[in-house]
Amino acid sequence: MPAITSAMSVPPSVPGVDRNLDTSRHASAIDVRNMNFYYGEHQVLFDISLMVPERSVTALIGPSGCGKSTFLRTLNRMNDLVEGSRSTGVCLVEGQNIMDPAVDVVLLRKHVGMVFQKSTPFPKSIFENVAYGPRVSGEKNRAVLADLVESCLRKAALWDEVKDRLNTSAMALSGGQQQRLCIARTLATNPRIILMDEPASALDPASTDRIENLIGELCANYTIVIVTHNMQQASRVSHQTAFFFKGRLVEVGPTMKIFTSPSEKQTEDYITGRFG
Amino acid sequence: MSETPVSWATRRQHRRHETLIQWALFFCAALSVLTTAAIILVLLSNAVYAPGDKTAFFEKVSLWEFLTGTHWKPSDGPGGKYGIWPLLSGTFLVAIVAAAVSIPAGLGAAIYMSEYANPKEREWIKPVLEVLAGIPSVVFGFFALKFITPVVLKPLFQFLGADIAVFNSLSAGIVVGIMVTPLIASLSEDVIRSVPRSLREAAYALGSTRFDVSAKVVVPAALSGILASFLLAFSRAIGETMAVAIAAGGNPVFTLNPLRGAQTMTGFMVHASTGDSAADSIPRMSMYAVGITLFVITLIINLISGWILRRYREVYQ
Repeated sequence: MPAITSAMSVPPSVPGVDRNLDTSRHASAIDVRNMNFYYGEHQVLFDISLMVPERSVTALIGPSGCGKSTFLRTLNRMNDLVEGSRSTGVCLVEGQNIMDPAVDVVLLRKHVGMVFQKSTPFPKSIFENVAYGPRVSGEKNRAVLADLVESCLRKAALWDEVKDRLNTSAMALSGGQQQRLCIARTLATNPRIILMDEPASALDPASTDRIENLIGELCANYTIVIVTHNMQQASRVSHQTAFFFKGRLVEVGPTMKIFTSPSEKQTEDYITGRFG
Repeated sequence: MSETPVSWATRRQHRRHETLIQWALFFCAALSVLTTAAIILVLLSNAVYAPGDKTAFFEKVSLWEFLTGTHWKPSDGPGGKYGIWPLLSGTFLVAIVAAAVSIPAGLGAAIYMSEYANPKEREWIKPVLEVLAGIPSVVFGFFALKFITPVVLKPLFQFLGADIAVFNSLSAGIVVGIMVTPLIASLSEDVIRSVPRSLREAAYALGSTRFDVSAKVVVPAALSGILASFLLAFSRAIGETMAVAIAAGGNPVFTLNPLRGAQTMTGFMVHASTGDSAADSIPRMSMYAVGITLFVITLIINLISGWILRRYREVYQ
């Protein structure tokens, strides 16, 4: 298939993201093989196989209802909370099959954190929000917690804005700040992998910009999988892009390739805005 | 094109209909307001100032004696003593025991129903709790007198080397606690369930166990509603009459010992209104003074619970 020259104008990436990354040369953080997923009798995901390289960003794109969010939620077993859901296949996270019913999901979720579309600060102080994860893991030492809260807020680029009011309610922060707080809170459980479900879709452009740059910084140390409806965003922040359609993984590859010369017609149609 | 003209008369009839409904609804609302006003009027006209040749309670007994006295011996003769404290201590003793029983049980049931139970379990737990709430108060009174005291408490306290009276405020408090448990469970479950699902998911995603989610995220987020349910239950416990009158007896002693009998404010009121003293005698009139005291106490508690609800409500988008 000839390369598509003007599929779309690809915007520059955020610093820290190499969109031509040769994913096959990387160790995998997540390795999904032949995953099927059902809500009751209704099959939502069909035979998904996908490799996520370590310390990189993988964007999941596709029209609403294509299963990308469901797929994301299988990676830390959040779908266990949905009554009547079940799945088959293998999902290796750092070599261990997390689909195994014997897996301790509480430990898994500390290792594979998640940031949601809607910012969900707990009705507690900013400090207590970030300290929540370490506290439920049993950390009681106030000095250790204080250090951890500071370092996580710094990593989430929020420290300077909140350092003087750590003990005020997190509910008073702006939407963008709340979302960065949720990222800091996730970092505080010391995860290796961070799942993001449309983390910027409810934010204004400036806040979105900050989140995107943050993703670029975080991927030096964390593996990130992000679901986004915003094609420009996917192209800016990710090393690798996976296109989902009707519960199937149509195509996955280095972001630059997906956005300039996709192999599949469906992918091309979607990213050029012909449907979806 | 012929068009049927709209009859204006029909329209007016519709309007009349509307007006009628509006008045009927207004009457319903007004009824409860009027009843409340009438009750307050009756209480005041017997306790504070009586029109005509009747004498109100506080015209014979000083407010000071009523509020500070520690002996309650209603009698028409000169030996009558009208200090409210024995009734207050009895009332609060029962209510505090009831709170100690119903708060953990009610909150536990609420958390179980909303966070742990699957839909099938919930389907039968709720009706069972409602049945508990529907059992007449008298039945609970006899349950306390004939079962809880002799079968449960007596052997227990004998084992501990203490003696418990046949009529005692502990058994009364326990049954009142059982009676108000469904109230706490149902009100608390409503507020706990209204905590957004997204908050729970966020907590689970941080590696929380179910208990972490319930105790550290959901309950704190619903705290204002939960506290309000406690206070409402407390004010119901204070107002509870029959079960307490049967289980705690009718002896107004100023004591904080739950193993002894006690008389509560409501218990005295039943006693006074069914007793054989004359309708305008002081013992009979004292009932209205006790009634006002009870009314003021429950009003204050209800106002506090409303204030807590408004003040500490977390606003979710």
